[in-house]
Amino acid sequence: MATLRTDRWWLQPVVTASILTAFVVYSTWAAFQNANYYVGAAAHRDLISPFYSPCLAGDCVPGAGHGFAISAWTLSPALIILIFPLGFRLTCYYYRRSYYRAFWWSPPACSVADAHGSYSGESRFPLFFQNAHRYFWYFGLVLNVILTYDAIRAFHQPGIGWGVTVGTIVLTVNAALLWGYSLGCHAGRHICGGSVKSFHQSPLRYKIWKFLTPFNVKHMNFAWTSLIFVAFTDIYVRLVASGAITDYRLF
Amino acid sequence: MSQVTMRVWRGDANGGDFQEFALERQEGEVVLDVIHRIQATEAPDLACRWNCKAGKCGSCAAEINGKPRLMCMTRMDQLPEGPVTVTPMRTFPIIRDLVTDVSFNFAMAERVPALLPPPMPEDGYRMYQEDVERGQEFRKCIECFMCQDVCHVIRDHEENKQHYAGPRFFIRYAELEMHPLDTNDRRDYVREEMGLGYCNITKCCTEVCPEHIKITDNAIIPMKERVVDAHYDPVAWLGRKIRRRTKRTASEASVQPQP
Ligand code: SF4
Ligand code: SF4
Ligand code: FES
Ligand code: FES
Repeated sequence: MATLRTDRWWLQPVVTASILTAFVVYSTWAAFQNANYYVGAAAHRDLISPFYSPCLAGDCVPGAGHGFAISAWTLSPALIILIFPLGFRLTCYYYRRSYYRAFWWSPPACSVADAHGSYSGESRFPLFFQNAHRYFWYFGLVLNVILTYDAIRAFHQPGIGWGVTVGTIVLTVNAALLWGYSLGCHAGRHICGGSVKSFHQSPLRYKIWKFLTPFNVKHMNFAWTSLIFVAFTDIYVRLVASGAITDYRLF
Repeated sequence: MSQVTMRVWRGDANGGDFQEFALERQEGEVVLDVIHRIQATEAPDLACRWNCKAGKCGSCAAEINGKPRLMCMTRMDQLPEGPVTVTPMRTFPIIRDLVTDVSFNFAMAERVPALLPPPMPEDGYRMYQEDVERGQEFRKCIECFMCQDVCHVIRDHEENKQHYAGPRFFIRYAELEMHPLDTNDRRDYVREEMGLGYCNITKCCTEVCPEHIKITDNAIIPMKERVVDAHYDPVAWLGRKIRRRTKRTASEASVQPQP
C-alpha cells in the first residue's frame, strides 16, 4: 500500500511539475529565437531580456552588447549564459526538494511511498554534483549585478532622456526578485556566516548571517516569484521588440 | 452528537489488520482520548504509549490518516469527515498494536561523537548569548521520532538503517558542530558512516516536527554545506593544503571522549 493519506497529497507535486515544465518549455523556445530580445534606440528604449543578458555573441543586435563579445559564436546568445541560471536553479536546495518530489517521486509527498526500489540519495554519482551549488551562487551574483545594471540603464531612454516606462519597472522588479532569491541561498548563508563555530568570535559574519536569514526563510517564495517573473520579463521585452505592444512611458 | 468510525491497526510482529470501532463523538476530544475510550470499553487490551497528554513527552506518536502525528495533539474535530485511521509508526518494528520498537534511534544516538571541549581555562568555560541561542532550536526536540518515521530514506528502504542517522540525529550533529566549545570534527563521519548524503532535502521531517524545528533548513543543509567544505569543494581543499591544516578522519572523529 503506497499511502494511507486521504487528503489531496498529489496536488502539490502536480502543480510543481506543471509550472516547472511550462517554464522549461517556454525558456527553451525563447532561448532559440535569437530575435526580439532587445528594444533599442530606434524605439527610444534600452530594454534587454534577462535571458539574453549579457549579450556575448558576435552578432548581438546593435546596442544590446555589453562591451565584450565572442565573435566566433553565431548561435543564439542566450545559449551561452542560460547555463548559469539553469545550473544555479537546478542545484538550488529548494528546487531540489521540489523536483525530487514532483518528477522523481522520491518521495512524491510525505509518507507516500518512494517510487524506487533502491535509493542512495545524493551520496553517489551523479547527484553528488549538487555539491557544486555554491559555485553557481557566485555566478548568480555576477549575473544579478549585470541585470541590475541593465535595469538602471533602461531608465535612460535614447533620444528622450531619463524617465520611467513600464519596461523599466519590469526590469527593476525582475532584478530585485533575483536579488531576493540569491540572498536567501543556503550555500551563501553558510559561506557568509553559517560556517563559523562561534558567532561571538566572528561578529561581522554573524551580522551578515542575521541579515541573510529572513531571505533564507522566504527562499521558496522568492524561488517561485523570481522564476515566473523572469519569464514574464522576457515575454514583455519580446512583445515590445516585435511591435505587438508599445512600452508605455509614465513620466 | 454524531458518530465516528475509528479504524485502528491491531496486531504484532507476525502481522495484523484494521479493527473498526464506532463511537459517539464527544466535544473537545483528541485522538488519544478516543483511543483511551476504546480501551475503557470495547478493547481493554489495545496497546498504545502515552505519558504527558500535552505534546511534550513524544510518546504517543502514531500515524493518523496516514500522517505521523502526536495522538494527544490531534483534535478530532480538525480531522476531515469519514473514518479515522490510526496506525503505528511504519518505519519501526511493531511490538503490539500502536506500540513500536524505536531502539534504532537509541542506537544511532549512541553513535553520535560526543562534545569534545578544549582543556578548561583557568577562569572556566565561557559561552556567549548568540552562540547559546543558535542551538536553542535544536534542544526543543522531544524525541517523538516522527521525523525518523516519515523519512523515506529508511521508511521505504529498510537496508539504509545500517548507515543512516536520520533527521533527529542530524540536528544533534548540527548542534554539536555549531557549539563554540567543541573541537571534534564530525564532517567525514557524518558523510561516510551516517549517510548525510542520503537525505535529499525533501523536507518531510520538517513538515511533521511537532516542535516546528526547521530540521532541513537549519540543521541538515548547514551540515551538508560543512561536508562540502571538508570534502567536495576544491578551493577549500587547496586552502587546507596550503595552510597545512589536517582534518580528522571519520574514525578519529567517532572516538568518544573519556569522561
Ligand atoms: S529532508 Fe532528508 S532527513 Fe528530512 S525527511 Fe527528507 S530525506 Fe529525510
Ligand atoms: S526533531 Fe521534531 S520530529 Fe524529530 S524527534 Fe525531535 S521533536 Fe520529534
Ligand atoms: S539554495 Fe536556493 S539558490 Fe542556493
Ligand atoms: S502523550 Fe506526551 S506527547 Fe502525546
